[in-house]
Amino acid sequence: MAMLEIKNLSVVVDSRQILNGLNLTVNKGEVHAIMGPNGAGKSTLAHVLSGKAGYEVTGGEVLFEGKNLLELPADERAAMGVFLAFQYPLEIPGVATMTFLRTALNSQRKKRGEPELTTPDFMKRVRDGAAKLGIAQEMLRRPVNVGFSGGEKKRNEVLQMALLEPKLCVLDETDSGLDIDALKIVAEGVNQLRSPERGFVVITHYQRLLDYIVPDIVHVLAKGRIAKTGGKELALELEANGYAAFQDEAA
Amino acid sequence: MNAEVKQIKTAAESALAANFAASKSRLPGGPQTAGEREQAFKLFERRGLPHRRIEEWKHTDLRVLMRDAKPLAAPPDAAAKDRAKHSGGLVSGVPMHRLVFADGAFVPELSDAVDFLAGVTMVSLADMLARNDAGSAFAPPEAPQAGGDDAALALNTAMMTDGAVIRIAKGTVVDKPIHLVFSHSGSAATATFTRSQMIVEAGAKVTLVESHEGADDVDYQVSTALNLVVGDRAEVNRVKVGAEGARALHIATLIADVGEGAQLRDFIFNIGSAVTRNQLFVTCSGKNANVMLAGASLQRGTQHADTTLVLDHAVGGCTSREVFKAVLDDESRNVFQGKIVVRQNAQKTDARMMTRALLLSDDAEADSKPELEIFADDVQCGHGATAGALDENLKFYLMARGIPEHEAEALLIQSFVGDAIETIAHDGLRDALMFATVRWLGARV
Repeated sequence: MAMLEIKNLSVVVDSRQILNGLNLTVNKGEVHAIMGPNGAGKSTLAHVLSGKAGYEVTGGEVLFEGKNLLELPADERAAMGVFLAFQYPLEIPGVATMTFLRTALNSQRKKRGEPELTTPDFMKRVRDGAAKLGIAQEMLRRPVNVGFSGGEKKRNEVLQMALLEPKLCVLDETDSGLDIDALKIVAEGVNQLRSPERGFVVITHYQRLLDYIVPDIVHVLAKGRIAKTGGKELALELEANGYAAFQDEAA
Repeated sequence: MNAEVKQIKTAAESALAANFAASKSRLPGGPQTAGEREQAFKLFERRGLPHRRIEEWKHTDLRVLMRDAKPLAAPPDAAAKDRAKHSGGLVSGVPMHRLVFADGAFVPELSDAVDFLAGVTMVSLADMLARNDAGSAFAPPEAPQAGGDDAALALNTAMMTDGAVIRIAKGTVVDKPIHLVFSHSGSAATATFTRSQMIVEAGAKVTLVESHEGADDVDYQVSTALNLVVGDRAEVNRVKVGAEGARALHIATLIADVGEGAQLRDFIFNIGSAVTRNQLFVTCSGKNANVMLAGASLQRGTQHADTTLVLDHAVGGCTSREVFKAVLDDESRNVFQGKIVVRQNAQKTDARMMTRALLLSDDAEADSKPELEIFADDVQCGHGATAGALDENLKFYLMARGIPEHEAEALLIQSFVGDAIETIAHDGLRDALMFATVRWLGARV
């Protein structure tokens, strides 16, 4: 059984058709890149998968390990193993990063019927994960993302991903706002999480990220559906020729 | 014919007049105090219960909210004392010097002796009035001063039975916070009128905690006031915890005078009462004074809470900050009125006021009225007011990490309130109020 099956998905936002019959299948261990021009529906796809409000599904279905994902609230999807790395991670003043991480991890474990982590066990996991990503202990004491640079926020996203050990990681334009050094650190963090048991959907506008997170399959998303699917060379082709052909084709 | 317009009294006003007449002979103090009580009551009678056409009370109309006046509480019995003994629970984990008041009367046997602390003197108001007849410290002054013509304060002056009169001598640093524990027994629906005074002399440092608690099932009434003098270069932190019973009416006044280079940090935590009014009249009377007034009000049901403050920058070079937060569920209502006055000679004033309300329900209401009255030309003053619902994007971020909706909301509300609570300098008090906030959120359905 495929891990994620998106069948003929159509989504309307503010009475505009954003996704229009999208099909996508992701198996365990695969890294899929989704590329496309601005306004193609990339972020909408990420948000609909993770359960953000404000999106009206007008057709199709999304199955995660055979279960209908669309009828579940965001927290239950997360507990099932769906993780969204945000394009713009939010700042939460007054909530310590540690509290946030612990609450998230234990909420998921509770929902899955697993025991809560002991404090030493939790601390060790956070420290190890933070060390791998070059996140200073001092940052963990601050409120969530408050005063973090763009690169620090994205590293924090990857740290959360590492701690929560999701089955499916959806990365929404993780490269946006990152300089090349920050991009390498984040990509390395993601690559460490690649495993035969885990699937990735890497959404990006630019080919650059895919130099560091090398995908198995590349899709072009245009006008709300997958317009072309190929290997990693498709990304290079897009980099050379742009998205014009797909926008015309779809029009 | 008599041309004078005869004001029609409300039932509560008539009852207050009757209560005053009936009880004035047994209120503490000699002839001088008695005269000042008469004078204060006359002021109250002239003004009547504050109502919506009095600007300062516009949103807290006592003619409507205070339908009747309860009789003056009797001296506390054993049960009342027992309740008071266990009162102050929200901050009970913090080591403090406790001074306990049950049904408006000081209970020495439940209180810590603070007089043995070097530089600290404490006497109950009742004792002071009985011994010295020195009522004038609390009487309406000849010249108008902050809060001097407020009807609710005048009523407190007329009826005051007891309180703490504390003096911290020059340069004294008090080791632990002094905790005034006010408890209402709820054995009957009665009224208490407490009045305290704390004079902190030059360079002294002290933290004062006030907690107000009582029975949930009785509609008792509390009037309380504190006159605070912060001497030159002194540092005073006050934390007031309002955790009255669910049906109580609570009216509190702070009159503070802050001296040169002195610092006052005030925090009002409100979690109780059906009707709460906190009024603050704070004057920066010495140069380079530093004032922080903050508060958090957590309300549900039909709770009504009003914070009205007047901060008077009488001299220059002073800094003031206000941060007031309200979390409003169900049909609760919060009122914030903040007025900053900057006198003509108060140059280089730096004053900033912020009030925020978080509305958790469509039926909750927040009324905010910030006011600046600036007569000096070289000042920095600003104010802001917001009212809104929880940020859906933040909520989604937390839920996308697996945190259930209810817990996500609780975390965000904690974050909202925490911003104000963090202004409290004392770690233990800050943690206690944060914990009280978490408990309050835990009871949210």
